[in-house]
This record gives sequence, C-alpha cells and structure tokens, in this order.
Amino acid sequence: MPLRLPRRGLAQILALLAILAIDRLVSPQFFDLRLQDGRLFGSLVDVFNRGAPVALLSLGMVLVIATRGIDLSVGAVMAISGAIAASLADAHAWPVAVAAALAAGLACGLWNGFLVAVLGIQPIVATLILMVAGRGIAQLITEGRIVTFTSPDLIWFGTGSVFGVPAPIAIVAAMLIVTGFVVRGSSLGLLIEATGGNARASELSGVGIRAMIIAVYVWCSLCAALAGIIAAADIMGADANNAGLWLELDAILAVVIGGTSLFGGRFSLVLAVCGALIIQAMNTGILLSGYPPEFNLVVKAAVVMVVLLLQSPRVSGLGLAFRKART
Amino acid sequence: MQDVVDPKPPLLDVRGLSKSFGALRALDQVDFTLRAGQIHALVGENGAGKSTLIKVITGVLARDAGIIRLQGEEVAPRSAREAVAIGLATVYQEVNLLPNLSVAQNLYLGREPTRFGMVRDRDMKRRAAALLAGYDLHVDVSAPLGSYSVAIQHVAAIARAVDLSARVLILDEPTASLDRHEVDMLFATMRGLSARGIGIIFVTHFLDQVYEVCDRITVLRNGRLIGERPTAALPRMELIQMMLGRELSETTSARVARDRTPGAPCASFANFGKAGYVAPFDLEIRKGEVTGLAGLLGSGRTETARLVFGAERADSGTVAADGKPIRLHSPKDAVRHGFGYCPEERKTDGIIAELTVRENIVLALQAKLGIIRPLSRREQDEIAGRFIRLLDIRPPDPERPIGLLSGGNQQKALLARWLATEPQLLVLDEPTRGIDVGAHAEIIRLIRELCDRGLALLVISSELDEIVAYSDRVVVLRDRAHVGTLEDGAISVPSILAAIAADHGAAAAVEV
Repeated sequence: MPLRLPRRGLAQILALLAILAIDRLVSPQFFDLRLQDGRLFGSLVDVFNRGAPVALLSLGMVLVIATRGIDLSVGAVMAISGAIAASLADAHAWPVAVAAALAAGLACGLWNGFLVAVLGIQPIVATLILMVAGRGIAQLITEGRIVTFTSPDLIWFGTGSVFGVPAPIAIVAAMLIVTGFVVRGSSLGLLIEATGGNARASELSGVGIRAMIIAVYVWCSLCAALAGIIAAADIMGADANNAGLWLELDAILAVVIGGTSLFGGRFSLVLAVCGALIIQAMNTGILLSGYPPEFNLVVKAAVVMVVLLLQSPRVSGLGLAFRKART
Repeated sequence: MQDVVDPKPPLLDVRGLSKSFGALRALDQVDFTLRAGQIHALVGENGAGKSTLIKVITGVLARDAGIIRLQGEEVAPRSAREAVAIGLATVYQEVNLLPNLSVAQNLYLGREPTRFGMVRDRDMKRRAAALLAGYDLHVDVSAPLGSYSVAIQHVAAIARAVDLSARVLILDEPTASLDRHEVDMLFATMRGLSARGIGIIFVTHFLDQVYEVCDRITVLRNGRLIGERPTAALPRMELIQMMLGRELSETTSARVARDRTPGAPCASFANFGKAGYVAPFDLEIRKGEVTGLAGLLGSGRTETARLVFGAERADSGTVAADGKPIRLHSPKDAVRHGFGYCPEERKTDGIIAELTVRENIVLALQAKLGIIRPLSRREQDEIAGRFIRLLDIRPPDPERPIGLLSGGNQQKALLARWLATEPQLLVLDEPTRGIDVGAHAEIIRLIRELCDRGLALLVISSELDEIVAYSDRVVVLRDRAHVGTLEDGAISVPSILAAIAADHGAAAAVEV
C-alpha cells in the first residue's frame, strides 16, 4: 500500500506550472489578461473557465474514489441536468430550473448510492447502468432535439461574472470551499479515508459505511448536475447526445493525477481540481499550438500512462531499488 | 485399522519432507504413511503444517527435501494437474467446480464424451447419473451444480476426482460448512471409497469427526510430526495434548488468586447464536471480570466474538446491556452500547495501514461521535498523545503511518482505539498473537489493569497458560458450541483440557 508521500501535492503543482510554461512558449500572449464588459478574458482565464465542468466533476469523483468506488455516470448526469434546466429555463424563473436540475442530480446520486451501498453491486457496474441509461433519459427529456433557451439568468451560469471572475470559475471556487468545509470541517474526511483504506476494519470500528457511501455518490451527482447546468448555459442549449460526453473519464483522470489512488484512502480536493486544470491546460495548449485536436487524445493517453506508472507499486519498487543500488 | 505388518508397500509414503518459507520451517522432516483403504486424519492447530504438507504432496508447492512414494514408486508432481494425473486428487473446502454448469458437465469437464468433435450430451448425462448412483446420489444431473447443497457439491467433486483415477483422495476440511445430515452423507461416501481401496487423507478441526470416521491419526505441530497412532489407541485427551504440546502434569499456571465479589452484569446474551455459525449460547459478562474463551482452532471462539460484537448478525436469542435489552445488528450498534473489539487479524480487520497512528486511535471514538461532531485536531492530538504515553507505543510519533509500526505496537494502538471510547465491554481476540515476548507480558498486565478498573473483558487466546493466568471465568468451546464453564478456583490447564476433550455425553459433568 502506498504510504503518504511527504510534501504531497508538490508534483502536481509543478506539473501544472510546467504545462502552463509550455503553453506560454507555444502562444506568447498566453498570460495576457484584459477586462472587457466587466469580465476577465485571456488564455489563462480560458483554461480555468473551460476546465470548470471537469473540476466540478472531480470534486465529487474524488470523494467517491476515496471510498474505493468510481462513478461512471457523471457525464450522463450532466446531460440530464442540462436537459432539464434548458427545458424549464424560458417558461419558469431560473431558481425553478436550477432546483429541478439539481433535484435530478440528487435522485441520480441516491440511485447510484443505493446500488452500491445497499445492494452491494460493484461501483463500476452499478454506475455503468446510469451512464448508459442517463443519456437516454436526457434524450427523452429533450425529445431528441437540441433544446435552446434565451433566459439571461440561466445563461449567466456559463458566461456571467462575479467581480470580473467568470461565473464557472466562481462556482468551482465556491464548491471547492463548500466541499472542503463539509468534508474537512466534519469528521467525514477521516471516515472516508478510513473506509477507503480498509473497509472491514472501519466497519469493525463502528463506522456507518452505508450512509457514508450513499452520501458521496449523492454529492458526486450534485456536482455533476451543477456542471451540466454550466455546460448548458455555455451553449445556451442542451444537447443530450454530446453534453458531458466522456467527461467521466477526464474527471477520473483528474482525480488520479491529483494523487488519489483508485484503491481508495487518502484524498485531496485541491489536488483533484489541480488535476482537472492540468488536463485543461494541456487541451488549451494543443489547440493554441495549431496542432490538430486529435493529438489531444494521444497526449492525454501518454499522461495517463506516466501517472499510472508512477503510482504503480511495482514501478515505485523499481525506483526504490534503483536508488538503493546507487547509494 | 490393522497394525500387522503389511508386506505390500504403502499406498502413499512420505519420508523426511521439509519445506521452509524464508526463515520459517513450515515442515521439518515430516513422515506420513497412508495405506490403501485407510481413512487417515491429519490434525494440528494453526501453523502446524497441515496445508503445507498437502500442498507439497500435491505439487502446489515445491519441497526442499524428502521423498514421496506412490505404491512404492517415487513421484514428484510439479503441479496440481500432474498430481491428479498420477492419482493424487484433492477436494478443498471451497469446491473448485463451476456452479453455473450442470452436474454432468462438471463431472466430465475437459473430458466430455464426443463423437465427430461434438459433445454427446445424452451419453454424458447417462454416464454422470450412473457414476453418482454409485455414491447413492440420485439427482438430476442436467441441473446446475450450484442449485444443490454444498454436501452434494462435495460428493460430486469427490466423484469427479475419483473417476479421474484417483488412488489417494485428500479432503481438506470438507465438513466445515456442512450440517449433521450432510456430514453423514459425506462420511458414507468416504467409507464406500475406502472399501474400494482408495486411501483418504482427511483434514479437519472437528475431533468428534476424527473419532467417527478415521482409522489412523497423524498429528503435526509447528511443522513437526508429533505422532501417528491408530484411532482406537489414542484417547481424546492424549490427542489434544499432542496437538497443543503440553503434559497434563504441567499445572504451573501463574494464576493469581484474587479476592473479588462478583461484578454486576455488563452484558447478558441469552440463547444467542446463528445457524451454521455458532450454536445458541448463554453468556453473562460481568463488570471487572475477565471471561476467557478456550477451545481448539475452529471451535467457534472467533465466531462467538463476532456475534457478541454484532459483526455477524445472530438469528436467535437476545442481548441485554446493563439489564436493558438492546438491538445488536452491526458493529455500529455495539459501539454505541460501549462495546469494543480487537480482532485477531490485525492487518485485514484492525489497522488502516496508510492512516497515521493518531487517526487510527481516534477512529472508533469519532465513529461513535458521528459525522457532525468532529474531534478537533487539538483533541485528537491530546487523545493520541495520552494513549501513546499510557501504552508506551513506539516510536512515540502520532503522525507515523500505523503500517510502519511493529505488530505489538499496532496491537497497542488498536487497544488505544477502543480505550479512547471508554468502553464497558472489550472483546480481545488473540491479543498476544504475533507479538514479541516483552510486549506480550505488557499486554497481559494491561488486561488485568483494565479489568481492575471495572471494565468487562472477553478474551480469546490459544495459549491456555494465558487464559488461566488472567481469567475469572472460562467458557470452553468445542465444535462451534459452548460446552462448559469454569470459574475461579476450578480454572486450570488440565480442567480446560478435560472440558475440551470431554465427549458430548460427558460435557454436562464438566459444568461447574
């Protein structure tokens, strides 16, 4: 079992800085900022702004993964929540649309949590159900069309700003603070890490595992629903086929890059968000460089491999042996 | 059965078998002889080397030294498959067949009767039914194997093994999950095979079954051969002494006579049990008393502890704490009522290796307090620091991952985890296992001290000396049932041994 690294997080922060530096080489005006209509613009802002949905997903995903679970349905939940918000936006006030979308997220989370915690289905299979079915549900809601809306209140979630900061970035920051407060301000963080580290021992210590697992899946789906609202607001419409497509994989990747092991246990919210930003900084860099976006996928795959190799106990064993051999 | 010198070479003859895992000698110059038609029990406590012996004979493990002869011919199987090919078949407790396939398909898996490359289904079913009829088993062979009871699956596995031309059949704890009726069925099968000249090695923890079905007994202890005797010439008491390695005269228990008035009941269990797990028992645990659970391996000690802690849900009986009936469906319930449990398997059930000593110590208390009442970092530091000093946990660094500590210190940290909850009742399962001598004495001293402070303790130990030294009451278990209780002056190593060895009929006589 990998034990806690000293000064954890340093690697991720250095990686993010390195990728941003490469972006700067590719595109000299990368760090330029300008204020227009009371909102910040620039490539760097774009990285944060585009990265917001995956950052939100990774906030929920990191908790699920810390309990040694996984949630493949977050992309589909985004599609459902986007579809609901878009369908209601023009006929109702924005709080109704947003509340309905979040309620759908809550229901999805309860479903996943029920399958995993109560029925004891393996998380990867349990959430696969909603991953497949959820997109179908979203298509039923939109009746197979792309539902557009013009409600400026809902559009604010994608393009508005708070004191110059784009709304998606502000929402991620707020959710990071709220999640951090809920998890680290209560004993939930410790109990999640204990359960992920050794579920049997935790249960024998009196930890109520079932309620906790349902809670993390609910939180994960709520984050996804919020991300779905942002994604819909961004394009002023809901595209049930493409909203959030494959983003569950980016979210898992972000969590893993953030140093949380898929075997559960120790987790870090900040580093998971950092992982999401690393992914987005890579995406943006490749787009700016003028290479075809297809490269994006290959580069991402290479990064996944390097990260997983670094986390593999065998490779770190090799590294240890190598260091020993040199001294 | 017969002790006359047989001119024929024995069916299976093992000489001087040795096997080491690193520094540990799992088998040390072990001899073993099995004759045709014999049912031979292989017994011993945990770590005696039974499994290793079987694995080496069947080629699952490579041997370091020794000879294996099958009907006088030296053999050296290098895998379980090669062992089966020369006639050494093993049936494990967990049947290694495919529950989703039919009984017939399982019996002929990999050797289906075919014609022009097509499986002849009808022919296979007919042969399967005939084969099982030879075992007095008349079942629908086209139904999935998994739809039948474990006993029938065992007989099917045995039938398959024997049909694969087995001369030696090894049964590794086949009866652990069977009820009485199923055991009878299995024994009938074994006797039938023995009449056909097949030699059977029977590994079991159930001594009653050894005496019921076996001709000879081989006892291993700590990887050494202790003895081989005809069953009829080995009294039960002597067998237990051979297994545990002590003489009856050895009554040097360091038992401290204590003046005590019986404490108030802390937890009472009435008719408490679970079918197929532990027979219903009555147990009263009193404040300020140590109740010891004694018995051989597999007698139901750990199972009792898990029931008492709610880790396994009882299907009969009631529990009362401080005289009031309580619900006990999960460890969470148990913790809420002030119970604590240090499990035997520290690594898998106790510690959370990657978390720090501090986090491991506060875990149970935090679970008891709940999610919305977190212990502040200062409180955690205070609790961890206090117990690290009190129990002398080394190194005294609360921020070290607990997985890096030695076994004894991990055990102390787990003890601290429960002491931090200020429990009423603490269940300790093998608290001194795998702990060096120094820490060993310290843990025993702690047990006495806790009890003097009014805590009720339920302690399981394989070390009878230990049980005798600290227990105020000893509950003796055999074959998953509580068979006797000894109190105060009546507690001694011989009296415990006698209670373990007593026949069913005699069990009542031991009760004090």
